[in-house]
Amino acid sequence: MSGPVGAARWALLDAVAITGRDISHWVRRPLPVVVTLLFPVMTVVLFGYLLGGAIDVPGAGNYFDYLLPGMFALTMAFGVEATMLAVITDAAKGVTDRFRSMPMASSAVVVGRCSADMLSSALGLLVLVGCGLAVGWRWHEGWAAAVAAVGLLLLLRLALLWLGIYLGLLSKDPGAVIAVQILVWPLGFLSSAFVSPQTMPGWLGAIADWNPLSATANAARELFGNPGWGGDSWMAEHSVLMAVVWPLVLIAVFAPLSVRRYQRLSR
Amino acid sequence: MEPTIFAQGLRKYYGDVPALDGFDLTVPAGTVCALLGPNGAGKTTAVRIFSTLLRPDAGRAEVAGCDVTARAAEVRRRIGLVGQHAAIDEILSGRQNLELFGRLYHLGRRGARNRADELLERFGLADSGGNAVSTYSGGMRRRLDVASSLILAPSVLFLDEPTTGLDPRGRAEVWDMVRQLVNTGTTVLLTTQYLDEADQLAGQIAVLNSGRVIAEGTPDKLKARIGGDRIEIVVDEGQDLAVAGAALAAVAGGRLEIDTRCRRLSAPVADRRRALYDAVRALDVAGVRTEDVAIRRPTLDDVFLHLTGQSREESLA
Ligand SMILES: Nc1ncnc2c1ncn2[C@@H]1O[C@H](COP(=O)(O)OP(=O)(O)OP(=O)(O)O)[C@@H](O)[C@H]1O
Ligand SMILES: [Mg+2]
Repeated sequence: MSGPVGAARWALLDAVAITGRDISHWVRRPLPVVVTLLFPVMTVVLFGYLLGGAIDVPGAGNYFDYLLPGMFALTMAFGVEATMLAVITDAAKGVTDRFRSMPMASSAVVVGRCSADMLSSALGLLVLVGCGLAVGWRWHEGWAAAVAAVGLLLLLRLALLWLGIYLGLLSKDPGAVIAVQILVWPLGFLSSAFVSPQTMPGWLGAIADWNPLSATANAARELFGNPGWGGDSWMAEHSVLMAVVWPLVLIAVFAPLSVRRYQRLSR
Repeated sequence: MEPTIFAQGLRKYYGDVPALDGFDLTVPAGTVCALLGPNGAGKTTAVRIFSTLLRPDAGRAEVAGCDVTARAAEVRRRIGLVGQHAAIDEILSGRQNLELFGRLYHLGRRGARNRADELLERFGLADSGGNAVSTYSGGMRRRLDVASSLILAPSVLFLDEPTTGLDPRGRAEVWDMVRQLVNTGTTVLLTTQYLDEADQLAGQIAVLNSGRVIAEGTPDKLKARIGGDRIEIVVDEGQDLAVAGAALAAVAGGRLEIDTRCRRLSAPVADRRRALYDAVRALDVAGVRTEDVAIRRPTLDDVFLHLTGQSREESLA
């Protein structure tokens, strides 16, 4: 088989093989997967039951109604470290070099990484939605809007995936993953995920307003029919638009940077 | 015959450090060439350029008639690479690794499975094929790594220090495998730090130092240049040195070296088996009591001493 159709078919089959490899990882080593799936659930319980009583969100009756869309968005950000770790491990173990010395489609490594990570994130989202339903969170705007909200969440994940790939290619040291693991938290707190930016000091609130996590979290709140953060800033009013724009900007920046970085491995 | 591996004036710098500094090599099809050199000589850099992982800063490299930068995809279809460190997925089992690579070589699901079975059998991994690679010993990993690079039966195989860290049995296995591959027509470029290994496997040795080839030729030619095997004798009593020297001069040709402090004598020999027998008899007749009699093969250290006038340690310092 030859020509562009044949090449595209091989690229697809290669990507499927690489995705299958990640799924085999999950089967052989289920513990990290289980922890990744349950960690956001734990966070919801922790924040909802332990701290929720003390947190007052303007205009929100039930804190869980406010918290869950925020946690959905934050869970998407947790994925960065998983992507990064996978990229770094492959480079360190020489697997990246083996792939590069083989006649496979070079796009397959990245496409396979994307589909495996998106699959695991979709699964994580599903678990968290189940958890939300169990603690009383509901969506109120019908299925179509709910599906759109999930789509925006996964779009954010796709954008952060490219960030993860870029950071993974940039750093040779698994220690860098720990740094990212820690930095995700201030990023999460400095957004509308847990509390309304309106309750923050002015300049912090402004940062939280502009945080891509806030845009996606608020867009999800709007589409699920959950109480928003009640701000009247431009960002708060256009969160659905920004939940599309922000991820596209991130992809536009980090996808080409990653591709360039990958090509530079041969320098 | 058309060379299968060819390099001319290869240069590669890491910052200001030259890893390759005018590297030339020609390996004819169906032969084994050993790149012999100490740590940091540039062996891995050369192998990575030939296997399309690294672009040279200057010079030209061809594998199987294809330029490694301009026609990298074609080169990749024809080569197998066993890197200095095993490049396998630790979480997957040995079989899963081989099946994954087989699918990426486009053998199809069933083809990849059959090929994995064959290779596991051939490399003695059939029983442990289902276990995670993280439970494998160093030797098992190395074998799996080699198996992974033979999935397509490559026409050119690169082996970067394939026996470093293996026990004698593991080394012998790798050597057997290389010989089998050469019998089927594969061209092999291997790197090693051991003259002995190059001697066993290669028809051609290129000695690499500081990024360039400082000597090249058949093992015999190279060994002849550095003096080949030597007989070494340590006598019990220092005053016997003169008598022993006379006895030894009669059976071994060439210049005698005497180290009085260690009560040691050494001389080059042509036929190692004959020389040992003759020397022991001559010493016995002369009534010299010896602490040690041995034939010593030249080591990489000797090669270096001879070719560069400095030992490996000095050249590294
Ligand atoms: N990624 C790198 N960055 C900087 N310098 C490098 C890099 N890789 C190799 N070098 C340098 O290039 C030179 C040649 O290295 P190379 O790895 O090719 O040697 P080698 O012969 O394979 O050594 P060894 O026997 O230790 O494997 C060394 O001086 C090394 O320090
Ligand atoms: Mg090396």
